[in-house]
Order: sequence, then structure tokens, then C-alpha cells
Amino acid sequence: MEMEKDMLLNMYRKMQEIRIFETRVTELFAEGKIPGFVHSYLGEEAVAVGTCSNLKNTDYITSTHRGHGHLIAKGGQLNEMMAELYGKATGYCKGKGGSMHIADVDLGILGANGIVGGGFTIAAGAGLASKIQKKDDVTVCFFGDGASNQTTFHEGINLASVWDLPVVFVCENNMYGISLSQEKHQKIKDVSDRAVAYGIPGVTVDGNDVVAVYEAIKEAVKRARNGEGPSLIECKTYRHRGHFEGDPTNYRPDEEVQQWKAKEPIGRFRKKLLEMEVCEENELKAIDEEVADQVEKAVKFAEESPDPAVEEAVQDVYTDMIEEVWS
Amino acid sequence: MAKMTCAEAIREALRQEMERDDRVFILGEDVGQFGGCFGVTGDLFSQYGEERVRDTPISETAIVGAAVGAAAVGMRPVAELMFNDFVTVSMDQVVNQAAKMRYMFGGKATVPMTLRMPYGGGISAAAQHSQSLEAWMTHVPGVKVVMPSTPEDYAGLLITSIRDENPVMFFENKVLYGMEGEVPETIEPLPFGKARIHREGDDVTVVALGGMVPQAMAAAEALAGDGISVEVLDPRTLVPLDVEAIKASVAKTNRLVVVHEAVKRSGFGAEIAAIVADECFDDLDAPIKRVGALNVPIPFNPILEQYVVPNADRIAKAIREIV
Repeated sequence: MEMEKDMLLNMYRKMQEIRIFETRVTELFAEGKIPGFVHSYLGEEAVAVGTCSNLKNTDYITSTHRGHGHLIAKGGQLNEMMAELYGKATGYCKGKGGSMHIADVDLGILGANGIVGGGFTIAAGAGLASKIQKKDDVTVCFFGDGASNQTTFHEGINLASVWDLPVVFVCENNMYGISLSQEKHQKIKDVSDRAVAYGIPGVTVDGNDVVAVYEAIKEAVKRARNGEGPSLIECKTYRHRGHFEGDPTNYRPDEEVQQWKAKEPIGRFRKKLLEMEVCEENELKAIDEEVADQVEKAVKFAEESPDPAVEEAVQDVYTDMIEEVWS
Repeated sequence: MAKMTCAEAIREALRQEMERDDRVFILGEDVGQFGGCFGVTGDLFSQYGEERVRDTPISETAIVGAAVGAAAVGMRPVAELMFNDFVTVSMDQVVNQAAKMRYMFGGKATVPMTLRMPYGGGISAAAQHSQSLEAWMTHVPGVKVVMPSTPEDYAGLLITSIRDENPVMFFENKVLYGMEGEVPETIEPLPFGKARIHREGDDVTVVALGGMVPQAMAAAEALAGDGISVEVLDPRTLVPLDVEAIKASVAKTNRLVVVHEAVKRSGFGAEIAAIVADECFDDLDAPIKRVGALNVPIPFNPILEQYVVPNADRIAKAIREIV
């Protein structure tokens, strides 16, 4: 690791933000404080953080239904995120989007997406815009192994490759598409094999090793910024929770869960930082405490925020108000 | 004013906006060198090049999805589908992405894209290339739906569509592509939500959509000889809809016939009929009549196709039933 200490500690901090935020979210959901569905990112923190550590503010991401980690890694604010999960007026989407639709275009976050595979073509479009505008911005498209079987996977990556668009397709292979294990939903073991079909680089990395993810994405981002086109990076990881909170997870053996938990990304990275004497344990502890405090403040912010006024329901359908929304 | 066909008027509107705003670009199948499936984009490729007149793979999902993504980050894409029937392949991109982004994101995104789609029968293109799917789009809050019937309106409303900050579904009638009319040298944007009265009359209002406007005009002409005075109203945009103009016309004529080429069942005519029944009940002297295609897929054989799709005779017949 030849990376700067500041950067390494920032990666640690971001992963902890996701871990502690998501842990709190599972608790709050169980308490009935968060309506709807929640798809937890716990266990996959290294993918979002390793990827987004390569991005600048003006770069874009498209996210997924399991998007909290991506958004935090791209700079999403915990207060506004938590408030959105509560459906409050102060949330990122004024309470109208919820967990699956958090977005902040100013931060380059083109939205979580409730449609599996919804991001591929949108990412291609954002990349196309950057190319036409002659900007060096890159778009990262996060998706899961399940999404790699959607038509949008093919059409989006094909378009990005034939036009050499600055897009990095990042597969979070967490080994399950909802309840179906990878071996039951596709014949291949490595989603990156499919890159061959588009004439682009395909790389598989340990998605629980934040530095490995960082290095692989770094190459892909460099390539994209240089106008050399897209790449497909597959990060092998595992979700600690079910597909959604409340999922009985009767489709996967406990033994497998325990094996993966032993390889979880934050503990591994922490150990590495200490072994390599990047920092002292107390520095990491201080970060843990700061982040825990930040998450509690976000919970407080969300709980104390008002619900949106009912009139909010007819706003933002269009940029202008048309009569149709009322009738 | 210059005389041009609807197809030429659309092309001139595209040219004018591409000249005016370098964020505007075109993407679709065979829109470049080939000039478009119906020749609409024509020479725009030779004028603006492959960067701004982009030939895409045969990937409707990618065409619409890329337009959504590019629009969300500051471009003004005008995407073309060869036939509106193919929007079924990209329905997620229209319905779940383009239409909902702004709302889901709490107003933090704008998606200023235009999706041009040829619709309708009349060329023996059979069941997968002849439908009129505008009603599907009107059922999706978040998109605007435009359906003109004259060269001038195609041009002016396309300019407005491109400049609009929202996703616009722009329906183009294949048979009307070749119809000529006067178009201003400099095309001015025409407002959404403003109907055009093509013919004034006292006895009955015919609200006709897109390609059915000339058919309604022919029916009105034929009935004039029998002393029946028909008012022909073209809403031009379905979302937003000029409800006031329809109400005012019905208040004058006290009778309403609604005509579209789409199948009658659950067509947009049902929406207009329901609005008038709801809001103009006291003005009506007769039941509202709807004229649409039979509720079958469009057949290939020209005789069968003509039998299925409405025409001036069917419109005249519906008018006679209530006048």
C-alpha cells in the first residue's frame, strides 16, 4: 500500500459510516420507525468506498436498490439520507423517494433505482453527455450479479463500448439475486467474463478488500477519463443481511454466512492498517466514535423533522404545474 | 411561409433547435447517413455529423435510457424510435425512469428529453408496426404527450417539446408525414395545452387526435351538404389537455364525438368523454360518441386494415347518430 495515510483513514471512515449507519437502520426498521423496504448494504462496504475513492465531485454514479453505501461513499449526507428513510420533508427527496430512490444530482448521484438493472442505460447516457460536452467526468454504474441477467446489462454496456463512453461498470457480486444463488441464475462464475462480448477489459477482484477494489477501479477510471472506453469490474462480496430487512434467508446456509463474515471488509482493513503501522489503534477508535456520534445525530435529525405537507404530493411531477395533477 | 410536408417541418424544427442550442442532439436507429426510417432526419447528419446525429445499435432500451441519462446531466436529447410499437421494448426507461426521476428525487432532477415516435396504420405494416399507443403514455404522470396534425403544429410543438424541461412523448402520424402545409420561415414554439379549432360549427363538436383530424375534416365537409354544421377540435397535446377549449365547444354545440386511431377500448377518447360527462353534463343534448379502431390488432391486408381503422365515413356515421 503506497497510499497516503489521510486517504486510507478516509476510506476507513467512509466504510464505518456505512457500517454504523446501516446497522442503525436495521435496528430502526425493526422498531417500525422506517416505512417500506430496506435493502441493507452491510458487508459490501469495501466496494462502494474502494470505487468512489477514485471519483471527483463532478463524476457520476448510478446506484441500485441496495444503494445506501454508494450514496454515502459518493458524499451523501447522513442527515438527509436518514430523514429520507423516515420519509421526512428534510430528506434528500422530501420524503417522496425513500430508500430506493435517494439521489443528489449536484453530488453526481443519479439515483438509487428500484428497477434491477435500471442504471445501465442511464449511466451510458451520462457518459455520452460527458463525451459530447468534452468533459473528463466518469460515470460509475453499480449493479449486482442479479442485474447482469437483465437486457439493460447488454444494451447499456454494448452502447458504452461501441461509443467508447467514459463509464465503469462495477458489479457487486454478492452471490445472490434476491434468493437465487449465482450458480442457479447464471452458468458463469465470473460476471467479468462477459466483458469479452463487448471488447472491453473485464477484471474480478476481492470485493471485501477495499484497496484491491480501489486499485482495480483506478485503472478503469483512468482508462475512461482518457477516452479509451468502459470497463467491467467485478467485486466478489457478500451481503450480511437478507435481500431485504425481514428476509428469512432460508435459502443460504449459516455456515456460508459465517465464512463470509470472517472475511468482512472493515475488520480486515483495520487489521491491515494497524499491522502496517499506518496509524495507532486510538486514531481508529476516535474515528469510530465520531462516526457513531454522527449517525446518532442523523437519527435525531430524522426523528425531529416534520413529515411533508400533503400538498407536496402534487409537486415535482413536472417542472411546471399542470392542471392534470389535481384532477 | 413555406410549403412543406409534416416530415420536412419536423426536420426543419430539429435543424432550428440544433442550430440554436448545442445541447440538442439526435439519437436513434438509422437516423444518420440513412436519414431515418421515414426520412425525417434526412440531411441533418451531413450538416451536424455523427456526434450530434447518432446512429445507435438496434437497442431501444439503450436509446431511451441513454436519452434519460444524458438529459439528467444537462443535454437535450431527441430520441427517435422507428415505430411507436417499439416503445414496449423501452417501457421501463419511459415509465419507471424518465417519468419518475424528478418526482422520486424530490424535484432535484430534470429530464428534458423528447421521444419521437411514428404511430398509426395505413401502410400495411401489420400488427407490430401500426399501433397508436398515446393513451398508454397519458396514463403515466411525469411525461407530456404531444400529438399534432399539421406541418405548422408539428414544427412549433416540436420546438416546444425540445425546450420543455420534462420528458415529452412526441407522436408522429406516418400517413401525415407526406401531407403538405404552410410553415413559418422561422418556426416559433407553440404552447402546450392549447387546442386548435380547424373548423367552426354549431351542431356537434368532433374532438379528433392526430391522424384523425383530416378524416374528421372530410366528414365535416361531407355533412355540411346535409346541413349539419361540425366543429373540429384538435387538442394537439393530450398532456396537458386544453379542457377549457373542449368545454367551450361543447357548450356551443351540445354534442360530442371523440375520434382517434387507437383502439376504442380505454383509448384517450374515454378520458375526454369522461371529463365532458363530468363537467358539462348540463350542456349535453345527446350521448357522447367515441370512434376508434376495432379492438383487434391491426391486420396486414389493406382491406382488413381499412376496415379496422376509423375513417371519415365512420366519423360521419357517429355524428349522424346523435345529431
